[in-house]
Amino acid sequence: MQRLFNDPDDIVDETVSGFVRAHADHVTLSPDNPRVVLAKGCGETGRVGIVTGGGSGHEPAFMGYAGERMVDAVAVGELFSSPTAKAFLEAIRAADGGAGVAVLYGNYAGDNMNVKMAARMAAKEGIEVLTVVANDDVCSAPIDERAKRRGVAGEILMWKVGGAKAATGASLTEVQATAQKAIDATRSVGVGLAPCTLPANGKPNFDIPGGKMEVGIGHHGEPGTEVADLESADAVADRMLKIVLDDHDLASGDRVCVLLSGLGATPINELYVVYDRVAKGLEEKGISVHRPFVGNYFTSLEMMGVTLTVMKLDDELEALIDAPASAPGMAVKG
Amino acid sequence: MASFENAGSGAMVRKVAAAVVENRAWLSEIDGKIGDGDHGNNMAKGFGRAAERISDGDTLDAAFATVTDVLMGEIGGSMGPLYGMFFSDMADVVAGKERIDAPTFAAMLAAGAEGVMAIGEARPGDKCLLDALCPAVTAAEENAAKGFPETLVAVRKAAEDGRDATVDMIAQIGRASRLGERSRGVQDAGATSCALILVTLADAIEARLS
Repeated sequence: MQRLFNDPDDIVDETVSGFVRAHADHVTLSPDNPRVVLAKGCGETGRVGIVTGGGSGHEPAFMGYAGERMVDAVAVGELFSSPTAKAFLEAIRAADGGAGVAVLYGNYAGDNMNVKMAARMAAKEGIEVLTVVANDDVCSAPIDERAKRRGVAGEILMWKVGGAKAATGASLTEVQATAQKAIDATRSVGVGLAPCTLPANGKPNFDIPGGKMEVGIGHHGEPGTEVADLESADAVADRMLKIVLDDHDLASGDRVCVLLSGLGATPINELYVVYDRVAKGLEEKGISVHRPFVGNYFTSLEMMGVTLTVMKLDDELEALIDAPASAPGMAVKG
Repeated sequence: MASFENAGSGAMVRKVAAAVVENRAWLSEIDGKIGDGDHGNNMAKGFGRAAERISDGDTLDAAFATVTDVLMGEIGGSMGPLYGMFFSDMADVVAGKERIDAPTFAAMLAAGAEGVMAIGEARPGDKCLLDALCPAVTAAEENAAKGFPETLVAVRKAAEDGRDATVDMIAQIGRASRLGERSRGVQDAGATSCALILVTLADAIEARLS
């Protein structure tokens, strides 16, 4: 295993410690919980707080989106494992500025349980908490069972929109409604080319044979809908775009925000190769890309592959995506 | 009727923890087939830390409370809250008891299963830890009147049979549920760890009966 780590049991603590040192201009570690990362300005009086959290191994997600007009507090879990209820609770406490807290997170069994317990405990302390659960991963369940779909890179656009909405001084119910609208307008799909390995296990926990690719793969290697022969970048781009568009009610004249993320080990230049074709494909359909994000935004350790996320924009979502924001994982100039 | 003393049960819970730690790689391997392969790591980390904080002389409820604290406060995942509730609701039943007999043991397991169902959405048949736990609860309840030795034999068998039955199930809950038919043929990691916990606990109780 060609990987850099010390004791695998310490890997998350060391990741968080290094992250906070490297990004001291944006974040600090919670004084009350070593698994909670706080944005500067977290807990600003009168503003709705934005909280998220999830397993480690997806860097820069989740803590990389703690920043200005983005997420206020992030609960950090073990590799590929939900943060504890106590970490979510501490994030909620820190983010609360008296106007309540929106917890915007992804649809996974552990996160659902831990957020539920944390929200219950926060309510007892008099903190108002509302949640939005991201379920943008098209291949994880059919559209009529959207509540079962996993949350993937679409979460980033949900945080961007939610953070910008909160910065306008909107109420908690308004922030929740807008974040919900954002994720409802978002679809994602992943294609995996090679598996990933948890250092503590020492070997991949799933297999993608050489020359093959797994279409619809999840962020933890959850099997996709099809194992196919590896295709050219253009063919993969076309395939991903088709999956996303077939699931989405997009028409000529629509505007979209596109996020193309690597899964960790795919060279960044290949992301641009894929994006080139995605942008052309959208153009041919008369759909305009208002704002693209291309890079390693939401990874899965050293998995090889890409995810494509497309959010349909209305005027409000467009303005919120465009609003200035600054976090270690994403910066938008006004 | 045979029973065991509540005080001095910490050593039993440490045996359970040791069994989980020993099976770390196996649990992760099973989990990796249809889940994300972290079950053994997280369980071993949680139970390993709990064992360091449990004294052999602790009561059963105190030792269970320590396990809950670590799982809920430091481990997270799905298993943190699920096993956290399991041990916390079991602790409530035996708290304050001087000795624990078979009917109390049965009531304890039943409360643990209800705790798991209260926090999660899983039900027996979903290919999850309840598929080992619920048959064990039923076995304990049906045999409790006969006393401890019979109850423990029945609980062990029910937990192992329940675990083995998950092989043919299609997952209805958790990450594996998105696989549908592809989740069949693999033993569930949660049911495996649950059976391991129940069997090790039953063995440890058997050795302390008087």
